[in-house]
Amino acid sequence: MTVGVLAVHGDFSEHRSVLASLDVESREIRTLEDLAPLTHLIIPGGESTVMGGFLERTGMGKRIQKRVAEGSLAVFGTCAGAILLTKKITGKLPPHSLKLLDATIERNAYGTQHQSFEASITVLVVRPKITVAFIRAPRFTKMGKSVSVLAKHNGDPILVRQGRILASTFHPEVTGETAIHALFLKL
Amino acid sequence: MHKGESARLGRDLARMLKGGVIMDVVNAKQAKIAEQAGACAVMALERVPADIRAQGGVARMSDPKLIKEIRKAVSIPVMAKVRIGHSAEARILEALEIDFIDESEVLTPADPFDHIEKSTFKTPFVCGATNLGEALRRIHEGAAMIRTKGEAGTGNVIEAVRHWKIIRGEIEILKQMKPAALAAFAKREGVPTALVSQVRADQRLPVVTFVAGGIATPADAALLMALGAEGVFVGSGIFKAANPARVARAIVEATVHFADNEKLAAISEGLGEVMAGLEIDSLSTRLQERGW
Repeated sequence: MTVGVLAVHGDFSEHRSVLASLDVESREIRTLEDLAPLTHLIIPGGESTVMGGFLERTGMGKRIQKRVAEGSLAVFGTCAGAILLTKKITGKLPPHSLKLLDATIERNAYGTQHQSFEASITVLVVRPKITVAFIRAPRFTKMGKSVSVLAKHNGDPILVRQGRILASTFHPEVTGETAIHALFLKL
Repeated sequence: MHKGESARLGRDLARMLKGGVIMDVVNAKQAKIAEQAGACAVMALERVPADIRAQGGVARMSDPKLIKEIRKAVSIPVMAKVRIGHSAEARILEALEIDFIDESEVLTPADPFDHIEKSTFKTPFVCGATNLGEALRRIHEGAAMIRTKGEAGTGNVIEAVRHWKIIRGEIEILKQMKPAALAAFAKREGVPTALVSQVRADQRLPVVTFVAGGIATPADAALLMALGAEGVFVGSGIFKAANPARVARAIVEATVHFADNEKLAAISEGLGEVMAGLEIDSLSTRLQERGW
C-alpha cells in the first residue's frame, strides 16, 4: 500500500497527520510522477476550483480517472475533494469534475463561513459517534444506484462510497478523527 | 453555536486556504479574474495598497454594496478589510456574513489604544504581525490566522521576508528559554504564558500563517514558501501588473511548485511588465508601523 495526499493546496498536512497517527506513511503528490506508485490517494479540503483547474491543466485528472478505471487506485475526497469526485456539480462556477462518483453535489450549499458547523455523527460500521467539521460544506442532492450512503446528517448524505471511491462533505481530518481514514485504507 | 466552536471553525477555514494565494480585488470583475486564475480567496477593498499610498487620504472599509457584488461574482471565500480597532466596521462585515475579516494596517487605524476584541465575533479574523509578540497578542485577542505585514503597496518583498524570519527566529529562540525567561517574555509581550509555552512546544504559531506585503512576482511567492510560509497574500502585485490574469496564474503556480526550479523558470517567463515597486527608504509612510 502506498498512500499519497494531493498537495496542491488546502489542508493536506492535516490528512498526513491523521495517517501518521494510524502509523501509515504518506507522501505529498504534486506531479504525474508522484502519482504513479500510489494505491490510495486523498484529495483534501480546500477550494475545488483551485484543485480542479490544477488536475485538468497537469493531466493528473485524466491519469487518476485511468487508474481508477483499471482498479489500481482508491480515492478519498473530503469537502472540496468530494466535489471534484462527483459527476455532476451544481452551484456557481462548477470546477472540472473527475466524474468518478455517480451523484450530484451542490457546492457551498449551506452558505458562508457563518453557516459552518461541527457535528457529532454516526457512521455505518464505525462505533462510537465521531465529531467532525463542516466548513462552507457542499451537499449531495442526488445519488446513483451504485452509490451507498455510509452516514447522514439531518437527512443529508454526508459520507458515500462507490467501489473504491469514498467521499465526505465533512472534514474528519481537522478534528484528528482517524476512523474514516482507517475505513478508506481498507478499500 | 458556542464561542469555542466558532473559534475552531475559523481556524479550520484558514487551514483550507493553505498553499493558496489570496488576492486583493476592488470590484467584481477583478474578483472573477482572480478566481479564474486560481486564487483560494479574494480580499475586497476600495483601493489596492499602491493606490492608497499614492493618493493618500483616510482609507476605510469598503462599501457593503461592493462587497456584496464581489461575493455574488465568485464561489471562493470573500475577505474584507477593516481599520485597526474599528469594531463597528467589523460588526458591519459580521452582518454581511463575510467569510473572513482582515484587521489591516493598510487602512487608516481607528483606535490608538486597542485592537478589535476578535473573540466576540463569529466571523474569523486575520491580522498582520511583524514579530512573535505582536502575532501572539492578535491570537490572544481571537485572530484565527496571522500574516506578516511586510510593506504593502511597494512591490518590494524585503519587509515580508524580514517579518517572517523574525517570527520564525523568535519561535526558535523559545526552545532555549528556561521557564522564568518564558514567563518574562509572556509578561513583556502581554500574552498568557500558556500560549507562549504552546508555541515553544509546537515550534509554530497555533494558527495558519501566511505572508503578505510587497509580493509582486512568482519568484517572490516561491522565496517565502521555501522559507516555510503556509500561503501568500498578493495585494497590488496583480492588478498593477500589465497582464493581471497571467501574473495571477503564475503566482498561484509558483506557490504550489515553489521547490521545483524548472517549473519556476517556466512559470516566470514572459509575464510582461510587473508592478514597478518602491525602495523602503524612500517611503514617507510605513504601513507596518501601524498597530503594535
